[in-house]
Amino acid sequence: MKDNFTHLQAAHCENGVITKLLRLAGHDYMTEPLAFGIGSGLFYLHIPFFKFNGGPAITFRTAPGSIFKRTCKSLRIEIASKRFRSEQNAEEYLDFLLSQNHVVGCQVGVFNLKYFPPEYRFHFNAHNLIVYGKADNTYLISDPIMDRVTTLSSEELNKVRFAKGFLAPRGHLYYVTKTIPVSEELIRKAIIKGIKRTTSDMLHIPGNVGGVRGILYTSRQVRKWREKLGVRTTGHYLGQIIRMQEEIGTGGGGFRFIYAAFLEEASKYCKNDELLKISDMFTQSGDLWRENAVNMAGILRGRSTEQSDFDHIADILIEIHQIEKKAFTDLSNLRLK
Amino acid sequence: MKKEDIPQDSGPLEYMTPELCYVKNSNGSYDTVKSTGWKVKNEALSDAWERVHDRVENARNAVEMGLKSPIYFHMEKNIMNISILSSYVKINRLRVWLHMRPSVYKKLSARLLFRYAKVFNVKPEELNILK
Repeated sequence: MKDNFTHLQAAHCENGVITKLLRLAGHDYMTEPLAFGIGSGLFYLHIPFFKFNGGPAITFRTAPGSIFKRTCKSLRIEIASKRFRSEQNAEEYLDFLLSQNHVVGCQVGVFNLKYFPPEYRFHFNAHNLIVYGKADNTYLISDPIMDRVTTLSSEELNKVRFAKGFLAPRGHLYYVTKTIPVSEELIRKAIIKGIKRTTSDMLHIPGNVGGVRGILYTSRQVRKWREKLGVRTTGHYLGQIIRMQEEIGTGGGGFRFIYAAFLEEASKYCKNDELLKISDMFTQSGDLWRENAVNMAGILRGRSTEQSDFDHIADILIEIHQIEKKAFTDLSNLRLK
Repeated sequence: MKKEDIPQDSGPLEYMTPELCYVKNSNGSYDTVKSTGWKVKNEALSDAWERVHDRVENARNAVEMGLKSPIYFHMEKNIMNISILSSYVKINRLRVWLHMRPSVYKKLSARLLFRYAKVFNVKPEELNILK
């Protein structure tokens, strides 16, 4: 496998690994937005009272690993995944799979990942990469967020596969075991299932901190933060939101642009032009997220510190809420078949 | 976002890889384009690092004043907290917390110090050097 492997760059690591693994398994039509949409990757959640790295815990996506599981289930692809207790077993099993000509996806932590620039090495454990071969003591690595392939020695790979902390990978690896050729019909069904799951996640999740209502919750919090925490701490909080939203691996605008691209592809499969209009709404919402990131960076760097600046950010969040609520309501009213 | 609006600012990603972004091309359909970075993101990232550096400075002062042991300094320097550190060294959280006290740290066995040093990527005798 290692001789004719071609690298594929993606905006988000998990999508990239899925896309590449499925393409290798014979699903040539697979693209990153399609994998993201079928797996219902889009989400919003602001977990109250809980701090992550000393900032608000906000996520723009579903739980790590779920995109892969859902995409494969919808397309009737059988996968195997395994976690390990001992590093030695994990390495032996990986070597065994590689010798069987499997291409294997691995969950790793980025803190000790050698080819990442030092600025990006936080304790973040939900990064994914592909191992496609072994030469001597070096593993051949294809990391979807990079523009080329790379290598890691076996010690380096073991270290990142057994990173510790929140979402510790415990040597997690996964690969495609069995797949049947899929018809256009099945792809269409999978797309519709993905859209339905995302709409119900975003519109009907109970409580007021998840889905589109979660954006309103964040908006209310932002308004209060200056009084409650002071400008400096709030700046850190907003900085954290920017990183969750824009940092490498989101395709920009908190996954909204990837989702818009997915709806555009979906409209071709479903032959439905309404989807294109809804796709435009997500582009608009993604642009607003990005515009808001610029405003947040202003507060972060002390360029704007008045309460009115905070209110401005909160107002844009309300606007985003309205756009996304309308978009998802329209999506659920489409009655796709 | 339009294809021509994509920012190409320099930043820490420059030496690793350009990142892939989804943008609208001139036909109004989605396309991918590579970007070297965005200064808004870089500001958020450097703010996060400033906060880490502040914490490391505070930790250094606390160790020098004899309030905490060097383990505490190295923990902050590696952006860990007690729970991450305890799972890396495979020592109970309560014991790790105790090892942050200078009086307990002084009595630590060479074996334990070696385990800590291995996690922090330093030599055991360098644990006392705060840099």
